[in-house]
Amino acid sequence: MAINWFKYSAPTTFYGLAGKLIPWFAISSAILFVVGLYIGFAVAPADYQQGEFYRIIFIHVPSSILSMFLYLVMAGYAALGLIFNTRLSAMMATAIAPTGALFAFISLWTGALWGKPMWGAWWVWDARLTSELILLFLYLGFIALHASIDDPRRADRASALLAIVGSVNVPIIYFSVKWWNTLHQGSTIKFSGTSMHVAMQQAMFITLAACWLYAIAVVLARVRSIILERERNTTWITELPEVRS
Amino acid sequence: MMVATGMKKSSMLDLLVLVIRRDLVLAMRRRADVLTTLIFFVMVVSLFPLGVGPEMNMLRKMAAGVLWVAALLSSMLSLGRLFSADYLDGTLEQMMLAPQSLSMLVLGKMAAHWMVSGLPLVLMAPVLGLQFDMPVQALGVLIIGLLLGTPVLSMVGAIGAALTLGLRGGGVLLSLLVLPLCIPVLIFGTGAVEAVSTGLSAVSHLSLLGALLVFALVFTPWVTAQALRISME
Repeated sequence: MAINWFKYSAPTTFYGLAGKLIPWFAISSAILFVVGLYIGFAVAPADYQQGEFYRIIFIHVPSSILSMFLYLVMAGYAALGLIFNTRLSAMMATAIAPTGALFAFISLWTGALWGKPMWGAWWVWDARLTSELILLFLYLGFIALHASIDDPRRADRASALLAIVGSVNVPIIYFSVKWWNTLHQGSTIKFSGTSMHVAMQQAMFITLAACWLYAIAVVLARVRSIILERERNTTWITELPEVRS
Repeated sequence: MMVATGMKKSSMLDLLVLVIRRDLVLAMRRRADVLTTLIFFVMVVSLFPLGVGPEMNMLRKMAAGVLWVAALLSSMLSLGRLFSADYLDGTLEQMMLAPQSLSMLVLGKMAAHWMVSGLPLVLMAPVLGLQFDMPVQALGVLIIGLLLGTPVLSMVGAIGAALTLGLRGGGVLLSLLVLPLCIPVLIFGTGAVEAVSTGLSAVSHLSLLGALLVFALVFTPWVTAQALRISME
């Protein structure tokens, strides 16, 4: 049996699919948040060096990971849209940008909250903080360019090109900033094993999964709104029960 | 017939020279535009001592960073003009219809832009560096860094200029898009001067700047050409 892989690349079919998927992702995200934060705040022991302050990593680390990962996903969708000229890919890229920017902002904010008791300063010009800040700038540039072009087709293609140029530039920026200065603690989870307590590890992976599912749910909800807005003149939109009422 | 045979003979290099010469002639007819960028550069650099105080020790340490940031900002100012005049009078459309490679045309425009807005900054930098009492050796490295780095600013900036072509508020948007992408140039440019003033070799920083220049030279004309196609369709 031949599977039609492109069935859901049409906004018409994807709109319905996204609507069905959103509750699943949203509910499982909420459950995982509750479980992860419970383990993180009630079960996991205090750190021998950092005391209770380390607990911010259960938000900080997932949002940092997702802010970087979402940029790549966004650039990937942008490239798909540019190459195959599919409308939905560009809409997905547009829908991901605000969530990515939000995670970058949360990551910076929680980092500052952690830095004050640990380093004695809200902000330190170290490599990871600085490159996270630049990542936030890249997101904002993408959003700003998309917002300032009225023609949606040109907006999609122009911001897609910007996202691709940005993703080529991200490693260059990262290493240049890293060589410029480094003060951040090295990563604790390494491929050769970890120095973390099991409960801390569990809590972190569960909150990471929760953030991931949250991102998917929000992006799907946003892409549904974008589809409604862009296709508002088509008949299938006017026949939708939620539009008709 | 004469024209047609002439067209056939023109190689890529001739095209490049032609575009550069045309843009330079146009720039020379409007010298004020070139001068305002340069004056802006001098002014921003001169504002720093007024802002942070006249202590020579601090100024000497800051000099490279101040000059580089000022160069970055003033090259942003002139980027808006890179394609806009040709866009408004329809020349850009004709260029895109031309049988020659658009990337090559774009490269010519980038080169001309650098000669008009980047090179004057490089030539002006030693004088400003002396105002900050920079040692001669550091000054030399600063100039080499600027020579390698400012073309990258023109080339990366051209992508932004092409993407924001004809948009309202294009100038500010252009800076927002391009400045984050230019951070590596700033880091290696100032890093080279820092290395020399602490007694290390600046070769590694300058090599990285050179690598960025080569990388930009290969990719940015093509990307800019794609961006122009998106903006013009």
